[in-house]
Amino acid sequence: MSARTVWRAFPTLLRVGFAEAVAYRAEMLIWVLSTTMPLVNMVLWMAVARDAPVGRFGEADFISYFLATFAVRQLATSWAAWLINWEVKQGVLSMRLLRPISPLWTYAVESIANFPMRLVVAAPVVLLSVALVGARAVPQHAWQWGFFVLALLGGWAIAFLANVAIGALCFFLESSERVLEVWLVLFFVCSGYMYPVELLPPTLRTVIDWLPFRYQIGLPVEMLTGAFGWEESVRLLGAQWAWVAALAALAAFTWKQGVRRFAAFGG
Amino acid sequence: MLKRYLRLLGIQLKASGLLSLQYRADFFTDGLTSLFWTFTALAPLFVVYRERPNIEGWSFGEALLVVGWFTLLQGILEGAINPSLTGVVEHIRKGTLDFVLLKPADAQFLVSTQRFQPWRAFNVLTGLGLFVYAFARLGQWPSVPGLLASVVLLGTSTLLLYSMWILTVSAAFYVVRVDNLTYLFSSIFDFARWPSAVFQGVGRGVLTLVFTYVIPLALMTTFPAEAMLGRLKPHALLGAVVGAVVFAWGSRQVWLRSIRRYTSASS
Repeated sequence: MSARTVWRAFPTLLRVGFAEAVAYRAEMLIWVLSTTMPLVNMVLWMAVARDAPVGRFGEADFISYFLATFAVRQLATSWAAWLINWEVKQGVLSMRLLRPISPLWTYAVESIANFPMRLVVAAPVVLLSVALVGARAVPQHAWQWGFFVLALLGGWAIAFLANVAIGALCFFLESSERVLEVWLVLFFVCSGYMYPVELLPPTLRTVIDWLPFRYQIGLPVEMLTGAFGWEESVRLLGAQWAWVAALAALAAFTWKQGVRRFAAFGG
Repeated sequence: MLKRYLRLLGIQLKASGLLSLQYRADFFTDGLTSLFWTFTALAPLFVVYRERPNIEGWSFGEALLVVGWFTLLQGILEGAINPSLTGVVEHIRKGTLDFVLLKPADAQFLVSTQRFQPWRAFNVLTGLGLFVYAFARLGQWPSVPGLLASVVLLGTSTLLLYSMWILTVSAAFYVVRVDNLTYLFSSIFDFARWPSAVFQGVGRGVLTLVFTYVIPLALMTTFPAEAMLGRLKPHALLGAVVGAVVFAWGSRQVWLRSIRRYTSASS
């Protein structure tokens, strides 16, 4: 498998993935509707900020923060770990391994091909945020938009690569769904999904700054709501992409080691 | 009649119990993971109450009681309600519901009791633990009438939860892919995490009305917590009981109507 094969297969895979996303649009809508957690937390924080702002967050800031979280979550997400677990258990993976392209590419493309459909949901939410809060819910400068897109891609990459690394553990553990649950709980608590990480005590924040979770959701959200200046943004983006690189190496390594142990079940 | 159904329930419970005893180790792994998930319900509270001593008239200890009820009901949901009803969805999809319908007993009773997973009910223990911790924080103990009222409300909450689930499952007769409807259901239930007073400020109290009368989430967690604190008015208690019975009756009607639509999936 060469880079050329991947490059040539890419458009076709994208088209197939997009067709699938369109075919299963009702299902996707249900998945979208089931990510209510940001909204659940939004009402809580709105109640807290009703009388006086919390830190730099007033009621309106919480609205824009959590609506942004909802929108970002639709894009910076991946379910590759479930897929890998399922395909290994069912033996379907052997089919994928026969193809002249690594399954990891197909998983990635499947996820990317979902973007247009997911944008259909995410974009109106951002517009709603603008309608409710005003123009300050979105970046004012072009460079901030650029940084946001970069942070969003990084967030998706972290989600996807971590999913692959965890999914590949099922070659060793029979099923790595429990590991995924542990990851998800840490993600919920540390990523800024349930509250802006700024509101945590300083010591915890330092810890979270070193973990990957906050770069998956928190950073793109903060970029969209224009929380940081130029320098701070560059520093955080650097940290994010360092995590992307580290997780890419980890995912490639566990997958390579794991796939050797794969013995197809079933026929 | 009643005796026959009690005996049937006994048989179903025994079968599930024996099955669970085969997987004793699950008690620890399931227990640990659900304990871990509880942390995601608590983390926002810790962060919120770091900022304020009191939110919409609820102190930390009092809000903790609501989370306790949420956790306890989640345990009931996952241990007693979810396993059976996911089974129904499977039956509908494969067309094996025929075998259930042919049996000389009420179909709703049979499908609702077909599977219990006691190890998944670990959250019930966590919920009880949260009650003890909350009351220790509050420095008071619940009054006896308050406790009795909360036990009554435990019954109504379970009934409501079950009825809402029946309504969701009834949807399985109309839409084909419903395995993710279960996620949708739990994510709506997520709104029951906080005291319902939190919703007052959103949309001029419309949300409070919705969560009390349309999707009775407030009845499930906030009412029992208030009862424990001795704050629930007698007419609210009565309303909850009557409301739950009416809701259960309504969902039964919907179930009967949907089952008439069932045409075996195979052939």
